[in-house]
Amino acid sequence: MKLDTSGLESAAPVWGAPSELVDGFSAAPSFDLPNTTDFDGFQKEAIQMVKPAKGTTTLAFIFKEGVMVAADSRASMGGYISSQSVKKIIEINPYMLGTMAGGAADCQFWHRNLGIKCRLHELANKRRISVTGASKLLANILYSYRGMGLSVGTMIAGWDETGPGLYYVDSEGGRLKGMRFSVGSGSPYAYGVLDNGYRYDMSVEEAAELARRAIYHATFRDGASGGVASVYYVGPNGWKKLSGDDVGELHYKYYPVMPSTVEQEMVEVGGA
Amino acid sequence: MECVFGLVGNDFAIVAADSSAVHSILVHKSNEDKIMILDSHKLIAASGESGDRVQFTEYVQKNVALYQFRNGIPLTTAAAANFTRGELATALRKNPYFVNILLAGYDKETGPSLFYIDYIATLHKVDKGAFGYGSYFSLAMMDRHYKSGMTVEEAIDLVDKCIMEIRSRLVVAPPNFVIKIVDKDGAREYAWRESVKDAAVPSA
Repeated sequence: MKLDTSGLESAAPVWGAPSELVDGFSAAPSFDLPNTTDFDGFQKEAIQMVKPAKGTTTLAFIFKEGVMVAADSRASMGGYISSQSVKKIIEINPYMLGTMAGGAADCQFWHRNLGIKCRLHELANKRRISVTGASKLLANILYSYRGMGLSVGTMIAGWDETGPGLYYVDSEGGRLKGMRFSVGSGSPYAYGVLDNGYRYDMSVEEAAELARRAIYHATFRDGASGGVASVYYVGPNGWKKLSGDDVGELHYKYYPVMPSTVEQEMVEVGGA
Repeated sequence: MECVFGLVGNDFAIVAADSSAVHSILVHKSNEDKIMILDSHKLIAASGESGDRVQFTEYVQKNVALYQFRNGIPLTTAAAANFTRGELATALRKNPYFVNILLAGYDKETGPSLFYIDYIATLHKVDKGAFGYGSYFSLAMMDRHYKSGMTVEEAIDLVDKCIMEIRSRLVVAPPNFVIKIVDKDGAREYAWRESVKDAAVPSA
């Protein structure tokens, strides 16, 4: 099959076509304006088009042993599933994780940027940055860009000198400290499972299972979430990826298909 | 939805605020403290967009502290209120802060005072004030039951009346409230009124 590359070619030549009138003069560079009467609306639509990963489920919570972080892996653009293998848990440094909800590029870029700032802090001060400090760096950056179209809903989770830390940070400039957060379109479902099963004195295994289940149930009800449920744990020695399970397979694990008893056998009509 | 209110008593001022951090239909947190202790004898209760609220109140707090460092004397409550209003007024025609503020304080010379400052930079000295959806209920409650020179017990009783009215009549009522007080002994937390307990962050 041959790829249709016609879309990549510009519709009009960038330099005005030479005519007799302007012969000898180089015409000013020009480009076509979008063919629309509602230019502001068009720009809004264009912004929406470059914002995948809107539908998401991510969660994180603090418990006795540390912080548990989990997310799905689906990226969607409207009704279209553009990827089933997105890394929504971003590794900022060996002791800190960020989660991704909202604009994929915005999240990835600003988390990478935060990673740089955290490393520089480490070099300047000979100690790792606190989760409080890192989350405030990010929140201040996002706040300085407020109203300019950034779309970020993230949780910064990690372990520092004071123990486990968890903050929710968004592109409206909000920053909340807490024990339990969930972000994304699937978050109401995840909260339901999480609030119900949460205890502070859980073991790592119990906590991982709770996180996995919360993501699974969110992907079950939320069409924009799906793919793989990844679970990370952050303890005193840094983060560790515990699991990544296809939610389709999790479904059959949690709800195995029971062989139903056949009530009545179909009998072939004899003597035909 | 957001409920912030306050009143001036005999020789103290009290402010109360809900403690819900809400995003559309989700309550992300129900123990968010929206009343900042501005300096030793000032309280600033703010409602509005979460980013603006925190950024602006911290900005005011730091500037009030800077003034005290430079001049060796603290700002009076009225001066801090006028500064806050000025900052909101200059921001209003550039990039406005969407925050409404109740500023309570206690000064040696003038006693307790309460200032109503909204995001369009209105400044009023009041003896009772409120913001948000809860203001309809708490204002009526305070208009009916407020009298000048109330004792702490009477004032807390009135604050509790307001909270109960909000909880029972407001559809989108927040579950938890924080109450803070300022008098000659300084600004401090008075009590929490919690009907849903959020997981407390254990001290490390």
